[in-house]
Amino acid sequence: MVPAAFDYRSPTSLAEALDLLREHGDEAKVVAGGQSLVPLLKLRFASPSLLVDIGRVPSLSGVTADGEWLRIGARTRHVDVERDESLDRLCPILREAAAQVSDPLVRNRGTLGGSLCHADPAGDWGAVMLALDARLVARSAAGERVIRAADFFQGPFTTALQPDEVLTEVRVPVAGRGQHASGVYLKLERKVGDFATVGVAVHVRLEGDRVATAGIGLAAVGPTNLPAGEAARALEGRQPTEEVIAEAARLAAGAAEPHDDLRGSADYKRDVVRVFVQRGLRRALAQAGPEGGQA
Amino acid sequence: MSVEARPHGGIGESIKRKEDARFLRGRGNYLDDVSLPGMLHMTILRSPHAHARIRSVDTSAASAAPGVVAVVTGELMAQHGLAWMPTLSGDTQAVLATDKVRFQGQEVAAVVAESRYAAEDAVGLVQVDYDVLPAVTSPQQARGPGAPLIRDEKEGQRDNHIYHWEAGDRAATDAAFAQADRVVSLATHYPRSHPAPLETCGIVADVDSVTGKATLYMTSQAPHAIRTVFAMVAGLPEHQIRVISPDIGGGFGNKVPVYPGYVVATAASLLIGRPVKWVEDRNENLISTGFARDFHMTGELALDAGGRMLALRAHLDSDNGAFFADAQPSKFKAGLFHIVTGSYDIPAAHVTADGYYTNKAPGGVAYRCSFRVTEASYLIERLVTNAAIELGIDQAELRLRNFIPPEAFPYRSATGWEYDSGDYPAAMHLALEKVGYQDLLREQAERRERGELMGIGLASFTEVVGAGPGKDFDILGLRMFDSAELRVHPTGKAVLKLGVKTQGQGHETTFAQIVASELGIPAADVEVQHGDTDNTPYGLGTYASRSTPTAGAATAVVSRKLREKARALAAHLLEASPDDLVWERGRFSVRGSPDRVKTIQELSLAAYTNLPDGMEAGLEGVTYYDPPNMTFPFGTYAVVVDVDRGTGVVKVRRVVAVDDCGVRINPMIVEGQIHGGLTEGFGIAFTELITFDQDGNCIGSNFMDYLLPTSWETPSFECHATVTPSPHHPFGAKGVGESATVGSPAAYVNAVIDALSPYGITNIDMPVTSDRVWAALRSRGVGE
Amino acid sequence: MNVTVDVNGQERSADVEPRLLLVDFIRDHLRLTGTHIGCDTSSCGACTVLLDGEPVKSCTMLAVQAGGHELTTVEGLARGAELDPVQVGFHEEHGLQCGFCTPGMLLVSAALLERNPQPSEADIRWAISGNICRCTGYVNIVKAVQHAAGLRAARAAAPTEQVTAGAPGGAE
Repeated sequence: MVPAAFDYRSPTSLAEALDLLREHGDEAKVVAGGQSLVPLLKLRFASPSLLVDIGRVPSLSGVTADGEWLRIGARTRHVDVERDESLDRLCPILREAAAQVSDPLVRNRGTLGGSLCHADPAGDWGAVMLALDARLVARSAAGERVIRAADFFQGPFTTALQPDEVLTEVRVPVAGRGQHASGVYLKLERKVGDFATVGVAVHVRLEGDRVATAGIGLAAVGPTNLPAGEAARALEGRQPTEEVIAEAARLAAGAAEPHDDLRGSADYKRDVVRVFVQRGLRRALAQAGPEGGQA
Repeated sequence: MSVEARPHGGIGESIKRKEDARFLRGRGNYLDDVSLPGMLHMTILRSPHAHARIRSVDTSAASAAPGVVAVVTGELMAQHGLAWMPTLSGDTQAVLATDKVRFQGQEVAAVVAESRYAAEDAVGLVQVDYDVLPAVTSPQQARGPGAPLIRDEKEGQRDNHIYHWEAGDRAATDAAFAQADRVVSLATHYPRSHPAPLETCGIVADVDSVTGKATLYMTSQAPHAIRTVFAMVAGLPEHQIRVISPDIGGGFGNKVPVYPGYVVATAASLLIGRPVKWVEDRNENLISTGFARDFHMTGELALDAGGRMLALRAHLDSDNGAFFADAQPSKFKAGLFHIVTGSYDIPAAHVTADGYYTNKAPGGVAYRCSFRVTEASYLIERLVTNAAIELGIDQAELRLRNFIPPEAFPYRSATGWEYDSGDYPAAMHLALEKVGYQDLLREQAERRERGELMGIGLASFTEVVGAGPGKDFDILGLRMFDSAELRVHPTGKAVLKLGVKTQGQGHETTFAQIVASELGIPAADVEVQHGDTDNTPYGLGTYASRSTPTAGAATAVVSRKLREKARALAAHLLEASPDDLVWERGRFSVRGSPDRVKTIQELSLAAYTNLPDGMEAGLEGVTYYDPPNMTFPFGTYAVVVDVDRGTGVVKVRRVVAVDDCGVRINPMIVEGQIHGGLTEGFGIAFTELITFDQDGNCIGSNFMDYLLPTSWETPSFECHATVTPSPHHPFGAKGVGESATVGSPAAYVNAVIDALSPYGITNIDMPVTSDRVWAALRSRGVGE
Repeated sequence: MNVTVDVNGQERSADVEPRLLLVDFIRDHLRLTGTHIGCDTSSCGACTVLLDGEPVKSCTMLAVQAGGHELTTVEGLARGAELDPVQVGFHEEHGLQCGFCTPGMLLVSAALLERNPQPSEADIRWAISGNICRCTGYVNIVKAVQHAAGLRAARAAAPTEQVTAGAPGGAE
């Protein structure tokens, strides 16, 4: 199948891109790597009249550590995150998740921001950003606003972004003094390149021997990426014993809203959430340990 | 031992492939690479419904769309008597639907335009008005009371039943069951899968309006048979049809049938007077072309208390889709399923088979199945492992106890096959040794103590390939001989033309190797030609592992014919009696005078320059080989798996494959075939599924739903061989292309069942996905 | 609209619709048919090309997006008669059967070896996990890449020697 016809603009500045969206927002689609959009265009599931390619807009990609925040340009490719060894210390869940997105060819084109904006309920990055309590920076011709991950995903393939907005940056909070943090992304997939059957992102920040903050994000078990908020809160302020971990895992499974489909029954997926939260927490806690990472 | 150590590239040598050069440089000539002046592009409109009456088809908007040259409908085809065509199973199939659509994805209309993009834009403008009817989606539903009649257009068809077929001896089998100490039974659905070669099907039809010649470039594994079918269907004179199968990007049986797109494109080219290209996309390939398997099987194995097999009963209900279009020998409605006694000396057996129409794509015989041997082998090998578990006998031991012993060959099976040769214990012992079976059993016992799920699966298959002897094997009446035409030029180089058609099996190399062994012309000096019906002798094509047993034999025989003429030429040149000449690969010498020698190259020249009186010039011949019997490759596969208790994920740790395909022309190529088959078997066992909802919507009609294993999931393979030559084949070869898809699915599944057997789990139907494993474990209270 | 791309070291220009897929630009406009189409859901990798040296799916890009970039197709691997080490490796180790996935596999392998000259089996399987093969079962593809790694190492050690081990086209 081939796409229906559309107009195409490739602005060379963010201002130009935002002007185009202000004028054509409703009938336009933003494209960066195109790994989610082009397949939809080919199947004619999307038929925008205008494509605004932000591939030539400067300064939208790259990862920088900025004191309290890790700032990831929205147009950073999955592979660039996968290859960035500095992230092992700063935020290992990012590299672990990046490596599991789709397949190596897609990772060479697709972007972290593009994936978040596409908001597939099975998307890996959404689960990770929910677990990290990330902030998503949206720009329009009118200005900039910062959206918390928990407020970003509103429905299947639907985000809080307005038609005239572009996601420019994702900000991940970095652990403070005296804290050790780490995270894990576990993905059950039928094969490389398939969407997750179940994706679980867990992130913990320790102070001493207690969990200071925790975040759990789920993929493919709901109408959007879901936070398992109650499960995360059940960890906070407590020593993470096996019982505490098991309880959090049960609560996370309860927060999931999976459907029966070819990948498995709802019961199956819920149980994998539980198993993965347990396994993920054990590893994240071990990684975070006394010599653990910053985020 | 030849004086010259110079290798000729003969049988048994793992020479590198001659055909690689063009593929490595991206200079293969696949169907979609064919481009002719004035060529148009065709796109097919397909039915969204599984079963519906067609009220009307409105092509006006499509016809007016930019770049559109023609819109073809069923009605238009009917005017030319082409709305229906015969299938390779003696049924009829709609080319473009007229009265009804009978499966989701069925061809309804076609748009022919100046470019593919224009055709795709226009096809969505064709308006079809449907009255949706209830869909039939299983054989059980098909035969149920009140089931909608799918083939209401077919005279004499009152229900959805296609055929009933039997083999073996019911009375003897019943008697044996009555005496049996134990009966082990298994009901299993071998699900629908798809060969999914990486290249989809297509045609470039070029009917020349001036000469009347139709040149059809086509992805076809059987170009000659297709040419004959086209002559019959389209009423074109057969000598004016040229089918050219170019390089084919994988066949696996998907490219044997005649697809409606081929017929429509040819008709369009005829009517328009320009070449028409149709290349299906992947969705079309998966939803409408020849699928594989879909047998609902029950098997019962009768044994005595000592674990000796007494009898086998097998029944199958076949889901054939909306048209009976299997490409298989006409006498065998369920293919060669009655090989189902497999490697075992079972005195009595009875097989019954019933085929049904359903509202799904037509097909069933495909995907390296050797005409349903995959289904049969799966049933018996799963039954045997289940019997071993039930009887508390080791699964290797139970097999060894019941193998047809080596001294019993040729062996007549209870369903009438005459197995040519085999040494099943040797293959089994080699497999057990290479996998380290005893160590694995010890490891398994330790892991079980810790609650870990480790499984060892075995399968010892016997294949039946090489179709086949003309008196029993024909497709639409065309006997299944095959052919080789060999011509040697004055300078000693040769051209070999074949009736078979490679799709990656390496014929340009392996068949040259046959000539190298039989006639002594180095393989590098033998060009192998295939696929062009104007330039090759008639053959039935490449599928069902038949090429080496039939065309390979023909190649040996024709080489020997030429060798005999060369002998006469040598006698003439050496002034000796032909009986005094000794042949050593590539040369004749006079017995007792080894310095009086003529090489095949010198003799080739002589065939054109220095002939004895009365001998015709030239050194060439053609052989049409009618095999005296089928051949019976076999083997034992061993698979080791570890199962995750928490998620049900199965990890295949090791695969050891012992294959015996008789004499191997090129061991490297044989191993490559096994690797590929083991991977397809892995996909069939674990990931691949085409299924339907109750409305007949097809799930699995794209590569996001139909899951092909990547290099990451696929295990590595350890391949070994035994060699038990075929006594009736000219050089003892048997064919091997499908051994691994036949033998491996049961090995993979047996490994999982073995892992789960401590909990009383005896079956999980394929694909054995992680959720199915989890559900089986949870049903027994096992989890993390 | 106009698109200008460096294709295998040569500048190529054409006037194309924005919706034209890169793979169709390569096959139909540039007449380079070594890049293949195997699916319609970006799932198989048969269409793989190198964009600025990195393997991407050309069926999942618009031709206009390639403008100003360097494109390498399989036709650009060999230097005249001299095959790239990956091509030699695939030939020596029987890493191809029908050849349809081969161009993509070759390009991914070449890109891998640029980045990781001595990849492990796992590295190789990981790198080609976006490329489906139906014929080979991947085993010999892994061996082919390892063979190519050896050839490249030998070439790096003795740069004046031309490495053309076992050029395909004849029997040995």
